[in-house]
Amino acid sequence: MTDALTNGGSPIETTVLGADEIILNMGPQHPSTHGVLRVKLKLDGERVLSTECIIGYLHRGVEKIAEHRSYQQFAPYVDRMDYVAAVSNGLGYCETVEKLLGAEAPPRARVVRTILTELQRIASHLLWLGTHALDIGALTPVFYCFREREEILKIFEKYCGARLTTHAFRIGGLQYETYDEFETDVKRFCDDFSGKVDEYETLLTENRIWVGRTKGVGILSTADAIALGVTGPMLRASGLKWDLRKAQPYAAYDQYEFDIPTGKNGDTYDRYLVRMEEMRQSRRICLQAIENIPSGPIMAKVGKVLKPPPGEVYHSIEAPKGELGYYAVSDGTTQPYRVRVRPPSFINLQALDKMARGALVADLVAIIGTTDIVLGEVDR
Amino acid sequence: MSHLIPPAIAPFVVPVICGIVLVAVFPLLAGYIVLLERKLMADMQARLGPMRVGPHGLLQPIADAFKLLIKEDIIPQGADKFMFYVAPLISVTMALVAFSAMPFGPVFQIADLNVGLLFIVAVGSLGIYGIVLGGWSSNSHYSLIGALRSAAQLVSYETAAGLALVSALLLAGSLSMKDIVQAQADQGVWFIFVVPIGFFIYFVSSIAETNRAPFDLPEAESELVAGYMTEYSGFRWALYFLAEYANMVIVAGIATTLFLGGWLRPFPGNHQHLIGTPFELLDALPSLLFLGVALYCLSLVPRQPVQVQKLFMAGVAGACVLLAAVMALTLFPPFDAAREGVHGAFWFMAKVGGYVYTFLWVRFTFPRYRFDQLMRLGWRFLIPLALVNVLVVSASIVVQQNWEWKHPVVSTVVTTAIMLAVAFWLAEEGAKPEPAPQPADGE
Amino acid sequence: MANDPSEKIPPSTPPEGKAEGAPVSQKPAGEAAAAPPKPAVPAAAAPPKPAPPAKEAPPKPVPLDNELVQRFKARFGDAIREATLDRKQAIILVAAAQLREISRYSRDDEKFDMLVDLTAVDWPKREKRFDVILNLYSFPKNERLRLKAHAGENEPVPSVVEIWPAANWLERECYDMFGIVFEGHPDLKRILMPDEWEGHPLRKDYDILKQDTAWVRENLQIETGQ
Repeated sequence: MTDALTNGGSPIETTVLGADEIILNMGPQHPSTHGVLRVKLKLDGERVLSTECIIGYLHRGVEKIAEHRSYQQFAPYVDRMDYVAAVSNGLGYCETVEKLLGAEAPPRARVVRTILTELQRIASHLLWLGTHALDIGALTPVFYCFREREEILKIFEKYCGARLTTHAFRIGGLQYETYDEFETDVKRFCDDFSGKVDEYETLLTENRIWVGRTKGVGILSTADAIALGVTGPMLRASGLKWDLRKAQPYAAYDQYEFDIPTGKNGDTYDRYLVRMEEMRQSRRICLQAIENIPSGPIMAKVGKVLKPPPGEVYHSIEAPKGELGYYAVSDGTTQPYRVRVRPPSFINLQALDKMARGALVADLVAIIGTTDIVLGEVDR
Repeated sequence: MSHLIPPAIAPFVVPVICGIVLVAVFPLLAGYIVLLERKLMADMQARLGPMRVGPHGLLQPIADAFKLLIKEDIIPQGADKFMFYVAPLISVTMALVAFSAMPFGPVFQIADLNVGLLFIVAVGSLGIYGIVLGGWSSNSHYSLIGALRSAAQLVSYETAAGLALVSALLLAGSLSMKDIVQAQADQGVWFIFVVPIGFFIYFVSSIAETNRAPFDLPEAESELVAGYMTEYSGFRWALYFLAEYANMVIVAGIATTLFLGGWLRPFPGNHQHLIGTPFELLDALPSLLFLGVALYCLSLVPRQPVQVQKLFMAGVAGACVLLAAVMALTLFPPFDAAREGVHGAFWFMAKVGGYVYTFLWVRFTFPRYRFDQLMRLGWRFLIPLALVNVLVVSASIVVQQNWEWKHPVVSTVVTTAIMLAVAFWLAEEGAKPEPAPQPADGE
Repeated sequence: MANDPSEKIPPSTPPEGKAEGAPVSQKPAGEAAAAPPKPAVPAAAAPPKPAPPAKEAPPKPVPLDNELVQRFKARFGDAIREATLDRKQAIILVAAAQLREISRYSRDDEKFDMLVDLTAVDWPKREKRFDVILNLYSFPKNERLRLKAHAGENEPVPSVVEIWPAANWLERECYDMFGIVFEGHPDLKRILMPDEWEGHPLRKDYDILKQDTAWVRENLQIETGQ
């Protein structure tokens, strides 16, 4: 079968050249590939005939390392995968091990986890917006986005001491109690933020150059998205109203009201709108959560040495990039037998070939940007 | 002194001196335009820009120039050496030659050609050779694609720009730059108020002519690294950059001369005098502007954190006061022979500066056009619009002359309304979605 | 809901304590809860405490026999080796040879339209050392299912790329990390490691400090990466 969907950008196509075709290599050092990603393009003039992604430049053997560390020792490693949204990685891992143990974090820990994860979602989307706009040529939004992101990182720093690779959560709950001005800081940020999002929208949403560059570019239909395993904002922009936070709630998401933005056409413009709206909904969740953080313990009684009973579990969360899943197998010892990370960026990147065929080279940069990949997660 | 100069070369002395001054001064000027761009960009992006090299980064261009001069000269393997050397030279030479016909005021002009405008536009187009040869001689895919794109873009927008200029020329009746400004003085109105659509077309085309954002795809970092300039480093790259900024100043000069009244002050036809004095009220504007800037700088002095910066601001205020004094001085009898020259130069520079400022402003605000969208904009919107513009303006002039229509404002409004309608119709046509590109199936 | 501390799994006969954690061998009449869990009424009359009580039965795999499993068994008979419920997640162990047909049935008839993840686990002491794991999700039913198949070291496993195209890179990664060959994959080559790398890093006999020193020496011009 040579259907574009199943071929997945087989290199059989990129090595057999027709008369007018050239192979262009993008990366691994390139200002727009968002990390060390190499894309081999087969072009006919300006049109992309096929793409082949060559990854693995940032492979660090995280899953192998997991087998040689104890459960708690492995927790800081997961932050380094999707380093742009470290808190979500930590949430997924801690909840997975908690399921493996049969334990559960206390309500206060769950709510604080929710707040920090939603702040991290806003931060991740801000970075995505800044870099995506920069690739398309808008030089200014990136600075505004980083200015907002700075506020969130300051909150993280005050909470757990680190801005980027936070290791904010522990298995069983939290290690640190929230600091005194935590609620005020989060409230202040949320109050300022909606004005800022409107500012970004003014710069971009109605701008005819922006619309021209993103509408109709990189279309991914719902059926293709599901078949390719694409999740997260990309799937929502293709039209499917599905969010793990509502379908299979975790942490404290079932207590809060928020909407799931969807798109109609599955193009880059829709993904942009979906992520902008997601930022607003995250802000809404934060505001609801800080109204009422329950009091109580922040750590469950899981003991110092974690020895989950033998078995396996798969648990996933809605990370900013998509469905981040952890499949953990325990053999009854203190070290996991196997930890598999289901990386959303890796699986979303597979859809690049489907989205890029027939597009122009200039669109390719927009399509890579809209996939919102982090190479740390793609390669692990 | 003039008896010392042989009559054969006497007419050449002043132009040659002006030319040497221009070539010597312009690189510095271009450097400071770059600094201005960086500071503006920083201001719009909520940051400060260069601050370290000299007070408020004012020595940054000097440092940059020095750095570029001492950089290693890298030539890619397989590059055509001769063309590689010559290509940036072509760009720069053409850009600087175009300055020779550009009037910087009623007095400062190297050569007052009777086909001045045509000469400038023609020489500017020759600069495209520098781009194409640079891209081709670099022996690199990226450079070639960038150069070809750039050339295609420049050629397309030259057409639209030229047609827009024609609509103003119809009103001026001459290709000589001096005569065009004189025509605006005679008619008492800047041509932008008569053919605003023509100005708009020229503005957009000039941004595309000079490869500036949002039409800077050939140089876009995130797309093709730097297009035709990718393989150039050090001073060769500086030459290309110099050519780009020189082109910016040239198109600004053309636009100023044709549409913004050249060296005329606002309301050139208004000769209202300050009561009881021989001075025209509006001639005091330059001095007032400089005084205003000086007062603003003085008001910023207390807010400066460091003593050196306080002194610097005070110095800038002092310089502005000095300039205000110069401007005011030329209003008085012993010096008013120089009034036309000095004030004219001031207004010309101010308008060119404003035009360049708008270029820079637009760069940081808009995303970039994709290449096919850029070409579509040029060919399917701007060129038809410019053609219709020429027709409508000609018709309007014929009507005014033959039927002795005495109400120029009404005719301006009518022509502008017609043009706006055409523009909107063209925009609608262009906004219709293209058939979506079929994904290529692997065979 | 995923986290429900009051759910109590009725204690069946205790599993054999194998260190590798192989799934419990099938016992007849397993009374386990169905795949979507529902809170069972606790047998004891003790009031629920705010913190999860430490004395709750530790989670362990139990056999599973609900309608889903019965449909699978009715359709494929012996190819369905075993069905378990571990931490309230359904796992079905199938014969590797039938993996493609079972996958197609899962996608088309059981509506598990998304392949969430495809991975492997290495149990070197077992004869068929690899567990190939397919995590599936059904959008219409909001349900998850795990299919598991045992594969030996040089035994090819049928590829499911034509059923779920998402499997393309996932199977390449399994091949890269474990050396499992997927039959029918359009382009099975390494994805994360360099193409000429020797060895499959995630196997248990590949030491964590081990490297393909020949490749390192040749391509990076250094003695070793350590």
